[in-house]
Amino acid sequence: MFSTTVLFSALELGCIYALVAMALFLSFRVLNIADMTTDGAFTLGCAVSATATVAGHPILGLVLAMMAGACAGSVTAMLQTKLKIPSILAGIITNTGLYTVNLAVMGFSSNVNMLKVQTLFTMVRPSLGLLYRLIPAFCITALAGVGLTLFLKTRLGLSIRATGDNPDMVRASSINTAFTVTVGLCLSNSFTALSGGILAQYQKTADINLGTGMVIIGLASLIIGETLMPKGKLWMKVLGALLGSILYRFIIAIALRMDLPSECLKLISAIIVALAIGLPAVKDTRKKGAA
Amino acid sequence: MLTLSNLRKTFAPGTVNEKVALDGVNLHLNPGDFVTILGSNGAGKSTLFGAIAGSFLPDQGSVVLDGADITKLPDYKRSKYIGRLFQDPLKGTAPNMTIEENLALAYLRASGQHSPFSMISARDRREFRDRLAQLELGLEDRMDHPVGLLSGGQRQALTLLMATLVTPKLLLLDEHTAALDPATAEKVLKLTQSIVEENHITCMMITHNIPSALNLGNRTLMMKDGKIVLELSGPERAQTTPEDLLRAFHQQGMSSDRVLFSAE
Repeated sequence: MFSTTVLFSALELGCIYALVAMALFLSFRVLNIADMTTDGAFTLGCAVSATATVAGHPILGLVLAMMAGACAGSVTAMLQTKLKIPSILAGIITNTGLYTVNLAVMGFSSNVNMLKVQTLFTMVRPSLGLLYRLIPAFCITALAGVGLTLFLKTRLGLSIRATGDNPDMVRASSINTAFTVTVGLCLSNSFTALSGGILAQYQKTADINLGTGMVIIGLASLIIGETLMPKGKLWMKVLGALLGSILYRFIIAIALRMDLPSECLKLISAIIVALAIGLPAVKDTRKKGAA
Repeated sequence: MLTLSNLRKTFAPGTVNEKVALDGVNLHLNPGDFVTILGSNGAGKSTLFGAIAGSFLPDQGSVVLDGADITKLPDYKRSKYIGRLFQDPLKGTAPNMTIEENLALAYLRASGQHSPFSMISARDRREFRDRLAQLELGLEDRMDHPVGLLSGGQRQALTLLMATLVTPKLLLLDEHTAALDPATAEKVLKLTQSIVEENHITCMMITHNIPSALNLGNRTLMMKDGKIVLELSGPERAQTTPEDLLRAFHQQGMSSDRVLFSAE
């Protein structure tokens, strides 16, 4: 049904976008915050990585992308914890501001291309052959996933999880919630920006609109992953984000194969997310109706 | 150990809802003191705990714990030294985290010698198992279960263990057995007593139960309208019967069905 090219590109994109799903696992599931910074942080990662790549520093570009993402996250966290702006609004404010920042990073042009410069992928191509895109993408994501799982078991990680899980408990224990929320949002947005940074180098172009709807795509992947994996262990949830992201890319590939215009994809993603998040409520109503 | 001097707090001052919750409270606790606190609703018992734990700043007065003035210290910094349990068993534990993770969180944050990136070791895990086994609730075999699956009594016992895993300087118990069924409440009270005695923890407990106000600990306070109106300790306390205490309660013009029933 799939050609090898389609199969490979679904796997590669799945790995790259899995970082966004992991970021949302951290913000949406662990911290219980719907972080609207995601779209802007993704584009910020693209922009920073692309600009650095054009300047001849593709790997430094990824590091800078993560740092930029962390900055974006810290702005959202500050709006939320210091200025007491509701979390969703805080994210939207940062996201709106980031549009200008992103344009500025790309030298006030709406796109940057990297066709003639060395990227992370062209650097490893001579040694890895056909797998030159899959292996780096997979390795970075796997490393991030393992790192995230381990981090969530540390003292700081446990504090972050408790912050999202039981605010009452956290208020009575020695956890500074402003700090844990800030660390959580910085980390999640650095993952998102890293994803954007890799994607830009992967497709050799960055565009101001690349991040639009990313929060929904990430949530869709995360939720698909959750339905696939049994409930329980932390590492399974993180692995679920990766598998969900890959499966999401396959769904998109199928949709494209059915000659669905690519403009429909965002609507499909939106429907998947609405259904998946809304399903427990629908089940509840039906139970009540039956009783 | 703990010294409260002239502690005052008025909520919503200057409005029709103005409420003087603490009206010049003075109290001194010696190390190892276990104080039980009685009083009708609105007497200022929980507000007193709030002032000690730092949930709000008092209008006047000071809180000195173990020689350090903590009156203005933010609550999350105080709770390193002050363990606190609430009436609601759901308030003290994180339901989606496992028993082990809840204990790890309590242990790593309170011991004060761990970096933010430290994790629990196999030795810590064995220690948790031993401490859980002492609760005699079978929780030591369910360390990887989410806490949300436990009953209210089990969660409250776990919260108690978390608050005392690293011995706190002060333990505040705000009617921590009131939401439990009588048999479970009895068990959690026994646990409280043995943990507090074993570790020589300085402890304050709010209760509506007159017999436990007299049987537990070494001092009993009665509060009314933000003041301490009665204090019992030593031989005087030993000679006081539940009936005497109930009479004193009524003499103060207070009434509470819960206090009344507990004395029967």
